[in-house]
Order: sequence, then structure tokens, then C-alpha cells
Amino acid sequence: MSASRLRSLLLDALRDPPGVAQLVPAEWTRLVRDARKNDLLGRLASRIEEDGAWTRVPTAPAAHLASAQLLAGAQHTEVRREVQRLQRLFQPLGIPVVLLKGAAYVYAGLPAAQGRMFSDIDILVPRESLPTVEANLMLEGWATTHHSAYDQHYYRKWMHELPPLRHIRRGTVLDVHHAILPETARMQPDSAKLWEAVVPVPDCPGLYVLGELDMVLHSMTHLLSNEEFTHGLRDLSDIDLLLRHFGRDPAFWERLSARASELGLGRFLYYGLTQAQALPETPLPPEALARAAASRPPAPVAALMDVMWRYALSAGAANRGSLADSLLRFLLYLRAHWLRMPVWLLAGHIAVKAFVKEGGER
Amino acid sequence: MNLGDLPAGELRSRLTGAGLRLQTGPLVVSIRSPIPALHESLGRLYAQYPLAADNGFVDFEVEVGRPKGVRRWMRPQAVFEFDGHLPFKPLPADQAFPMLEWGLNWCISSHCHHYLMIHSAVVERHGGAMLLPAPPGSGKSTLCASLVHSGWRLLSDELALIDPRGGSVVPVPRPVSLKNASIAIMQQFAPGAVFSRVVHDTTKGNVAHMQPPANSLRRAGETAQPRWLVFPRYDAGASSRLEPLSRARALVQLIDNSFNFQVHGRAGFETLYRLVQGSACFSLNFRNLEEALELLDALAPAPGAELPLQ
Repeated sequence: MSASRLRSLLLDALRDPPGVAQLVPAEWTRLVRDARKNDLLGRLASRIEEDGAWTRVPTAPAAHLASAQLLAGAQHTEVRREVQRLQRLFQPLGIPVVLLKGAAYVYAGLPAAQGRMFSDIDILVPRESLPTVEANLMLEGWATTHHSAYDQHYYRKWMHELPPLRHIRRGTVLDVHHAILPETARMQPDSAKLWEAVVPVPDCPGLYVLGELDMVLHSMTHLLSNEEFTHGLRDLSDIDLLLRHFGRDPAFWERLSARASELGLGRFLYYGLTQAQALPETPLPPEALARAAASRPPAPVAALMDVMWRYALSAGAANRGSLADSLLRFLLYLRAHWLRMPVWLLAGHIAVKAFVKEGGER
Repeated sequence: MNLGDLPAGELRSRLTGAGLRLQTGPLVVSIRSPIPALHESLGRLYAQYPLAADNGFVDFEVEVGRPKGVRRWMRPQAVFEFDGHLPFKPLPADQAFPMLEWGLNWCISSHCHHYLMIHSAVVERHGGAMLLPAPPGSGKSTLCASLVHSGWRLLSDELALIDPRGGSVVPVPRPVSLKNASIAIMQQFAPGAVFSRVVHDTTKGNVAHMQPPANSLRRAGETAQPRWLVFPRYDAGASSRLEPLSRARALVQLIDNSFNFQVHGRAGFETLYRLVQGSACFSLNFRNLEEALELLDALAPAPGAELPLQ
């Protein structure tokens, strides 16, 4: 069975949970493995539950789905605890905290929270508060994970986030952003515009989520400007659920493309919509795609990128180690950095990463 | 059909081909490996395990392979692969079999959250399960190995899988892991048992595995209700003693030894609370196996005899 068939087993099951009734045991093996590999087993369990399809799942795979669902539930409890701690820390200081990605879906009660598995918590704070935020987090036991002087310099000078922080006792990982793309990026959405549109989380003073348009655009930007795609399919599944949810309002699509142009994120919207349509088969109004196509790159580039996205977002670890795999990975790594910084910086960065041995203990 | 019934050469061809499918308790695992040392130990220790159907569901597909690059040939190493990930650092190739055992334990403890899992040996007699929860180094596995050669049935030497719905323990009998001095002690204690080759200089010292008694494997489908909760500790310097333990203390120690208590939240607390309520709780200090067995055997007299009360 080819890799593409494996992909569609997972995507088919997410799109049409009752369809799992047709699967033979060998297909269940592949479905559970593929979902687990892509951090989507919890989501699959929730989709199946939502559609009342549990009874169609044989006992053995049902145990794995139940396991992932329990784990996702425990992670949500943990995320809420961590976010409450952040709120207690920053609200008295008057520093607003915007929850990003998974934590935002949980707090906004969106369908994209269902069965969502977490590897870290992402937040956005005002750039000018960054030193205060970092100092207070350190006092609370959050320690940096990148110890080499170069990595610290790289993050602080060029990135849009602090090096990831890990809590010394609880082990939770926190990504503190001050913008949604790096300082040096070719596209530089104005953070002030994002802040103007943030939405307070009810009953949680000091906590916010991005406005719905920005939430979708950020999810796309985050996924498609990355250089690694361990959680790529999970993040694309989030985007699928966000679009299905917000897209019920017919006016959403036009506002989405207008906002993308305003923030200079049209290209990300184009890639995000085309891949959502291609892989999880998100239903899109034709005019939404037509509008996004205005930001399409020249045809040969668009075709190459399409191949690369499909590969990065679906193959997962399937063909790891093959020549094509290495080449595509290298191209995506280059592209992510190309978007992130000017060529002269990129050349220096790649040279350091290639020739300088990792310093400091990790 | 059991693994031991496979015709000569078939074990190797499955391990190097589509995968050898074994039934271990409630789980089906598929194992692949090109490493001969692993084939040898696996063939010996799993001879009495049932093979799983070729077209059935597989819980975990694992591979103990060779790393890419120079370490394939020079001071060769083994890597454990699961779902396309390598969760552990490579080990010297002659540790391939212990690595498989550790890897399978890891698969269960990180992915079977539908059970409440406790780091514990579990044995059964007259229908009642005895849990022996303890951190590594407390003599739990050695005690477990001697119990299963003294009339107790093996459910697990490492992982108590508790079904939260009924509170019973689900057996996953696997080869019992023995370390350092315990290896010679058990070879002397159970001269008829089958042992793997001793693997030297692992992170846990010298390691060998012991085949579970055939009876424990035949009865791997029978769950058991917990009846005794015994926290063992090997202490060569003191006299052996079995002392009642308060239920509150037992509950706290149970939580300390649990792998995924936090995943189950309140329901997990309630499951463990019921377990402690329904069990006689003890702490056991032992200086040798004979004294420990005598103390534990006295807890489980033949049916009809009066059960000792706490």
C-alpha cells in the first residue's frame, strides 16, 4: 500500500468518521499508527465520538482512541492550569497575554480544540513588555532551552519569539512570541493591527485570543513558514476545523482575504486554502479561492510549492531517509529561512549551523 | 500456534521480513530486526508465546534495527524504532534484546492510557492478585521471579495494567528482567527455568531475562482482582518483616509509583482509592527470597482456609 493511500485513510477518517465502519483490521493498524504519528489520534477519537460512530470501532483500535482522548483531555487540563498561572503572573503587571494556536482554540471553545494534542503553549505579548515578561517567567521557574550563545543571539536578534522556555519542575514548554513572523522576514505584518483586533477571553481578565480572521491567518502563517513539519498535518487539521467553523458565515471569506491583504499575508492565505482544500478537503466557496489566487506565485513556483506542501504535510516520517525526502526537506528548510531573513544573514546562519559544533549543554 | 512451533528459519524470515506478530496479553506486537543476537534471545524466551493472526490488528509495530552510517559496521549499534521515531539513543548491538524489552515497555506505558498503569510486579494465587509496586532497585523483579516459580501466576514483572471500569488487573506476562546479582540467584533458585544470555554493561548493569512459566502464558487472558498490596524493599542488613500499612500511606505510595495517574484525573484517584479499599496493604522488607516467600505465602493460604485479616 503506497504512502498516498495511508494518508487518505487518516484524512478520510477525519472527514467522514462513520466511514471507519468499512475498515479491515490491517487498515485499522495503519490508521491508528498514522494518526498517532501525526499527533491526530485524539482528534480522530473526538471526531468519531461527535458523529456517534464509536460502536463501529472494533475493541482493539477503540482502546487506542480512548487512550489518546484521555491524554488530550489531561493535556487540556494542564494547558488551562498553565494559562491560569500566566494570568495570575501578568494581569497584576498590566501585561496583556494573547493565547495562540491550541491554547486559543481551547479558551475560545472552538471545534479545533476537540481532541487537540499539545506539545507546547504559545503566547503573544507586546514587544515592549518582553524584558519584564522574561524576567518574571524566570522567577517562576521557566528556563531557556537553547543554551549556546549563538542560538540565544539568533533568537533574540532575528526571531519573533524567545527561545522556547521549559518549566524546571513541570516540564511544560512555553513559546513567547512578540510578533507572528520574524523581525527579518520578507513579510512583516504590523503587530499593532493584530493587537487592535484581539478579543478578550470571557471571565479571564488580561487574557485574549486573536480576532477570528487573524487566528486563521496566524495558523496558516505559523504552519507554512516553518522549516519542520512534525505537527504539520495536525496544524492543517486545525486550519480545516477553523475554516469550517468560521466559514459558516458567508461574509467570512471576503473579510478573510481583505485582512490577508491588509497584513501582507496573501501568499500564506493562498497556500493555506489550496492545501486545506487538497488534503483535508475543506469546502471552500469558489470565489474565496479565486480571490486568494491573486497572491499566487508564478506558475512554476506554484507547482513546485504544491508538491512540497503535499509532501511535507502528509508524508510525515513515511519515506524518511530517501534521496527525495532529503532534498525536499532541505528545500523546505531553505525556504523557511529564506522567508525569515535576508540572504546575507541566511548564508551566515547556515554556515554556523553546518560547521560549528553545538555549544553548551542541552 | 506458538512461536516455538515455527519451522526452522521461519522466525528469522519473519523478523527480517514483514514482522513477527506475537500476542502478549491483550496486545499484539509486530517485531522486525536484522540482528542475530535478538533472534536468538527472542526465539528462546518467547517460544511459548502464541503467534497472532497475519490479518489481525497490530497494537505496536516496532523495529530494532541498525543505525545508518559507520556505526552499522564499527562497534555496531542497535536502534529502537516505533512509528518512524527513535525514542531512545542507540545502544551497543549486543544489547538489542534488552532494548526490545525496554522499548515494548515504553510503548505500553506511553500509549495505553485506557489502563491506569502502575510500576509494579503483579502475581496471582487463588484468584486474588498481589501488586508489588516499587521503584527500580528495590528487588521487585527478583521477588516476582521467585514467586512465579513458587506457585504464583505471573501477570507482569513491571507494569500493573488496571482496568478503570472494574478495577481488575489485566495480565501482560513478558520475560522477567533480572539484573546483576539477581541473575545468579534466580538461576540457582529455578534451575529448570529458561534464561537469556547475560548482556553486560548496560545502563542497568548486567541484564538477563527469564522465561515466564508456561502456565502464566496459557492463562494470559484471565484478569484478576487485586487483593494484596505489598510494597517491597530488599535490605540485606535487616531482618525480613511484613508489616501492615495504613490505606492512606498505601494510596500515596501507589500514586508515586503510577505512570499515568495524572492522565486519569479524578477518575484515576477513585480507581486507586477503590483498589486500596479492597486490598490488604503491607510493606515488606526482605533480606532473602526464602523469608520473603514464606511471609507472602502466608497471606494466601489455599481456598477454604481462613484469610488473615489486616
